[in-house]
Amino acid sequence: MGTPTLKILTQMENTSQQSTANTNGYLDMELLRFTTAGSVDDGKSTLIGRLLFDSKSIFEDQLDQVKQSSERKGLEDTDLALLTDGLKDEREQGITIDVAYRYFATPKRKFIIADTPGHIQYTRNMVTGASTANAALILIDARNGVVEQTCRHSIIASLLQIPHIVVCINKMDLVDYSQDVYNKIVADFEDFASKLEVKDVRFIPISALKGDNVVNRSESMSWYEGSTLLYTLEHLHIGSDHNHIDCRFPVQTVIRPKSDEFHDYRGYAGRIAGGVFKPGDEITALPSGFTSKIKSIDTFNGPIEEAFAPMSVTITLEDEIDISRGDMLVRTNNQPEAKQDLEVMLCWLNQKGPIPRGKYTLRHTSADMKAMIKEVRYKLDINTLHRNEEDTDIKMNDICRVSLRTTKPVLADSYRKNRQTGSVILIDDATNETVAAGMVI
Amino acid sequence: MKSYNLSHLRELEAESIYVLREVYAQFENPAILFSGGKDSIVITHLARKAFHPAKIPFPLVHIDTGHNFPETIEFRDNLVEKLGAKLVVGSVQKSIDEGKAAEEKGKNASRNAIQTVTLLDTVEENQFDAAIGGARRDEEKARAKERFFSHRDEFGQWDPKNQRPELWNIFNGKHHHGEHFRVFPLSNWTEMDVWQYILLENIDIPSLYFAHERKVIRRNGTWLPVSEFIQIDPKETVEEKVIRFRTLGDITITGGVESDADTLEKIVEEVAAARQTERGNREDDKRSETAMEDRKKQGYF
Repeated sequence: MGTPTLKILTQMENTSQQSTANTNGYLDMELLRFTTAGSVDDGKSTLIGRLLFDSKSIFEDQLDQVKQSSERKGLEDTDLALLTDGLKDEREQGITIDVAYRYFATPKRKFIIADTPGHIQYTRNMVTGASTANAALILIDARNGVVEQTCRHSIIASLLQIPHIVVCINKMDLVDYSQDVYNKIVADFEDFASKLEVKDVRFIPISALKGDNVVNRSESMSWYEGSTLLYTLEHLHIGSDHNHIDCRFPVQTVIRPKSDEFHDYRGYAGRIAGGVFKPGDEITALPSGFTSKIKSIDTFNGPIEEAFAPMSVTITLEDEIDISRGDMLVRTNNQPEAKQDLEVMLCWLNQKGPIPRGKYTLRHTSADMKAMIKEVRYKLDINTLHRNEEDTDIKMNDICRVSLRTTKPVLADSYRKNRQTGSVILIDDATNETVAAGMVI
Repeated sequence: MKSYNLSHLRELEAESIYVLREVYAQFENPAILFSGGKDSIVITHLARKAFHPAKIPFPLVHIDTGHNFPETIEFRDNLVEKLGAKLVVGSVQKSIDEGKAAEEKGKNASRNAIQTVTLLDTVEENQFDAAIGGARRDEEKARAKERFFSHRDEFGQWDPKNQRPELWNIFNGKHHHGEHFRVFPLSNWTEMDVWQYILLENIDIPSLYFAHERKVIRRNGTWLPVSEFIQIDPKETVEEKVIRFRTLGDITITGGVESDADTLEKIVEEVAAARQTERGNREDDKRSETAMEDRKKQGYF
């Protein structure tokens, strides 16, 4: 049996930028990553279970397994949380310890859910889940309104610059689908969110249990004229979530085939972190400062006319200049500031707090250098946004504003401008563990 | 303004290529774990793309249980030749002969679990510090907890409750001598994504994935292929069925499904309509609720 030839399909798929009409819907789908955070009682598992179930992403054998486990635990109903809790300890203790990733797709989009526990003790997991998300789904129990946990999740979403926030006011069935209750919660949330940096907030009254406004429109809330949750997730505008203005290309590695055919080939492999690169563009290699022009942007399928985030490509230059991993190609007239003193919002991720005057490896895109925490400016109360300048003792799950001093300049943008080139991690050289994550101010 | 969007398959591809390049840059001696199954074939394809026009800078490592589909071995050897890659074979038979692993007994005996011994020995003997695998988070609940860069201690063991946080696209592969990493570039792909990508890129896969006639027996709800490596009960009847395999592993544990999908398009349609996970036909996962987690902690794929 030979492999079928599918030339027509392959031709239709556009590797560069011509937007060809595409009859095969699946090839035209976009990817949306969203995060959820919540505790046991707010209906998060029910909501995720419903999204997966209604999009037919739960398979029969998975459901059977969960049913059996629920029965073994003496539960009356099938506990859909058992679907997301992957580890034995999590299922036994009924808690989510770690970020769980779930996948589902509709004909419009493929979704990746980073499902994180909502308790303050798990701030590091919420931050991890939020770091790659396009959207945050925040659940509010309609009976309780805006509570501390709501604020915590929103503050983290804002700190991590998640572009879209969808606030689901859940359990509307338990408040008689009251528009007044909904309006009050929306007003409370907006009041609190005015202190945050969030660009796009939407509100949806739902009942995850009954299915109101999740996939299908609710018949009990005719006063609500907005979209259902799934429709909202399918239509959030994510095209501008990447920075397409400031050109940034961190070099991962240099490709030198040294074969007869490609004897002098020297290509810089990396993933575009921002902006649009085109052959002929004048670029500067940092930190050296040498300039050259882009000769070609290569891929396995041939050279392309332009490259933008988050594409992985190989760039060749007109001139032979010394460039290696950790360097960054940028447009000559738009460069990040090279700084050895960085102001950073730092989330501490490790059991062991920072060593006083200790040196860590700082990793920024593909560049490594040594760094130390010079000063802790304040600790942020992630329930209230209060800045505590007295308490500078950093522990796990704390978020602090610090100033870092590095051994060589960091080619950083502000995190607000670019999530890729504005983020750093700290690695403990003794244990090799990732102990902190920082966002450049 | 013009919109700059990638389709989800191209975004997943870009992410996987980025991960493969990070492996090359961060490790001294990485290798691809190649089973001959579709996921490891897709990994190999992505590695070609990541380093083009240079050759794949990783050897392919096959942990050979000795209980193979002949088609898989033929496919493996052809691919290795085409890529000009180095092939390293770790033999489970050798581990058994050396007394490092004991063969299971009985009707459902399989060499699945003892592959871990051979895998860890092969990693150690060749001093691989990164082993790239095709495992996906959607496959199985323990795998859903995997990082892209997953640390293994000097005994090759996984500690799922003490994993390094992974933020943005910054991966930390730092390790002490003797430890290694498992790397999973397809973490965010689903079975459907893999099939769609194979279709899109027109990637060659073993004929076993397409519907074909085969002698099988019905066991534990799946069609198990008849081979010299399985014991057939007198009560079991050998039948001829048109089946295909959704996953490929050791021939003694890989069950097929009845199917007439003999083209990639038909397979994609079938996968879209499937109501069972692809691992539902894998005897190795059915042994207990935590079968995969337990094996993974020991150092399994």
